[in-house]
Amino acid sequence: MTSAGPARRAVPYAFLAPAIVLFTLLVLVPIGYTIYLSLHRAKVSGLGLGVGARTEVFAGLDTYRQALANPEFWRGVLRVLSYGALLVPTMLGLALLFALLLDRPKVRFARFSRIAIFLPYAVPSVVATVLWGFLYLPALTPLPMPANLLEPGLLLFAVLNIGLWGGVGFNMVVILTALRAVPAEVYESARLDGASEWQIAVRVKIPLVTPALIMAGIFTVIATLQVFNEPTTLQPLTNAMPSTWTPLMKVHSDAFARGDIYSASATSVVIAAATLVFSLVFLRLVNRRAFAGEQR
Amino acid sequence: MRALLRPLLAMTACASVLAGCSSGEQATEPDGPIELTYWAWAANIEQVVEKWNSEHPDVQVTVSRQSSGDELVTKVLAAAKTGNAPDLLQAEYQALPTLVSNGVTADLSPHVGDARSRFTDGAWDQVTLGTEAVYAIPQDSGPMMLYYRKDLFASYGLTVPKTWDEFAATAAALRTKTTSSYLTTFSSNDPGWFAGLAQQAGARWWDIDGETWTVGIDDEATREVADYWGGLVADGVIDDQPMYTPEWNKALGDGTVLAWPSAIWGPAVLADLAAATRGKWAMAPMPQWTAGEHRTGNWGGSSVAVSADSPHAEAAAEFAIWLNSDPVATEALVTAGSLYPAARDAQSGPALAQPPAFFPDQPDFYPEAKRIADSAVGWIWGPNVNVTYQAYKDAFGKAITNRTPFADAVSEMHKSTVDDMRRNGFQVADG
Repeated sequence: MTSAGPARRAVPYAFLAPAIVLFTLLVLVPIGYTIYLSLHRAKVSGLGLGVGARTEVFAGLDTYRQALANPEFWRGVLRVLSYGALLVPTMLGLALLFALLLDRPKVRFARFSRIAIFLPYAVPSVVATVLWGFLYLPALTPLPMPANLLEPGLLLFAVLNIGLWGGVGFNMVVILTALRAVPAEVYESARLDGASEWQIAVRVKIPLVTPALIMAGIFTVIATLQVFNEPTTLQPLTNAMPSTWTPLMKVHSDAFARGDIYSASATSVVIAAATLVFSLVFLRLVNRRAFAGEQR
Repeated sequence: MRALLRPLLAMTACASVLAGCSSGEQATEPDGPIELTYWAWAANIEQVVEKWNSEHPDVQVTVSRQSSGDELVTKVLAAAKTGNAPDLLQAEYQALPTLVSNGVTADLSPHVGDARSRFTDGAWDQVTLGTEAVYAIPQDSGPMMLYYRKDLFASYGLTVPKTWDEFAATAAALRTKTTSSYLTTFSSNDPGWFAGLAQQAGARWWDIDGETWTVGIDDEATREVADYWGGLVADGVIDDQPMYTPEWNKALGDGTVLAWPSAIWGPAVLADLAAATRGKWAMAPMPQWTAGEHRTGNWGGSSVAVSADSPHAEAAAEFAIWLNSDPVATEALVTAGSLYPAARDAQSGPALAQPPAFFPDQPDFYPEAKRIADSAVGWIWGPNVNVTYQAYKDAFGKAITNRTPFADAVSEMHKSTVDDMRRNGFQVADG
């Protein structure tokens, strides 16, 4: 037993090694390189033509200063915030509504409805956006559209609609699964006490699935911060969508259209840091609320 | 840090572009044929390369098809950083200075020999950037001309506009006869199109003065072009939606759009997007700013560059010259690729004797096109056209959406371009 000491101590590290190596290579190194790039900039001499005319020089926080001073960046932030403010409550509300409706006793076509509502989640967002784009374009749409959703004022709703269409089904399943896990006795006793289906839904079911709702909320917040595919795919269809519509689109456009990898890195680092702080605060807040019952 | 990252980046680049990775390995093999990789997106370019491969067993070229010019530039810049650039690449003229400035392209002047005489002066200027170096071999050019639906022009009683004033009057006249069709559209998505219109008006967006760049995007000629189109959009006599959307594609075919100021490669696009309208379109010279003038600009046009990392620059240059000037190759470029070659002889070659299949009723299509092409004026492209083009899309999209003057969008393009050049350390005069 004692002779196996050092070897035994090495075992956990051997098991950890693959994870550590992969984590270092695929997470830490790219993050480190992004930070490195964000502190540098390109320096061109003269006309910038010919060999060695372009070099990389240390820029300190200058790149950050420039990235943050750009009003387009803040306009993008504002757009994402308003997108989230609309998306999160609508998404959770619809998902909860559908889950409660499907969870009612003796509901007809339950299986079909569940699959029909969930199915859009299986459609890749780019495909979904192309599909909706065709439905939005006034000359092509087979639907009687009341207004052109690709006009400036309504563009946010055009994107919102695609996000909802693809996301509600998934969140509904999360909530529905939580509802199915509730023991039948709970409902039985509620009914014996004379509660109507409405009262059961509001007073029993919703409080019991709060953790699932919060989970769905976190997913939706993440989806908000990552919104990219939908606006990027819609962009060539309309004049109203600049290449900096969201901060992530600005990163992409800076890096790949404008060829300024340094500014794109700085903006990425800012977005990542903000997301981290945002998530930590959010988790801390909802943790207290969601699991307060368990701690008591 | 960079040393650590290189293999990782290389790995990523390999995953996306398998062909690009093989070039390095084969270079170490002294025996066997030289293997060259070629990134391109020109239509059916593989068929032309096939002809070279069958004639040249010692130099074999593999085409790696790319989706578009902009994407190719992005990928090449990344691949060059990791040492994985292809041997040869298709470079649009406006992207060439960006590639040169990033050190991606090799100077071919030691390998070109007498090739210069085989190309038109205008095309050759585009690949030398006004220096002693030769950064690419010209492939094709895109002189602009006007395509219009002759059947609909006749049924609405319209005549083909010879000046831009007539063009505006025609647009307005059409709207008095129908509300479902427009003469054409102004596209905030196609900076290359607008650049061609500005060239025609005599603009010079960039110039080189010794060791200094001058930027003239916000010049009088460009503002005049912008104000003209802004006026048409504000009056509602033309459409303001982007080109190359599903909606526009449909409009070309169903008579919603009657005319398209485009380039010599237009027939290929029309045949692709509006196949049912074959024979209903006709081509005319671009409307002129001054009656009686004969000027046009260029929309697009490409060259073939050799990457600075290629161990086979000489063989690659030989291939590039063959591809773009050998009669066998240029004929295939015309027939299979619908390109208008930059080589002198090819412009009067047998391949251009017949009109494009989509224009069967216009037998003098190419003789007329050659007259137009000879009147095309160009300029030297700057080292950050990508920035200018991105600014065009955003600024004109905003101007159309907010109904603000188009000239403001031009100022915005100018400012974005100059700011970017200054920030990167280019010597810039004016601004």
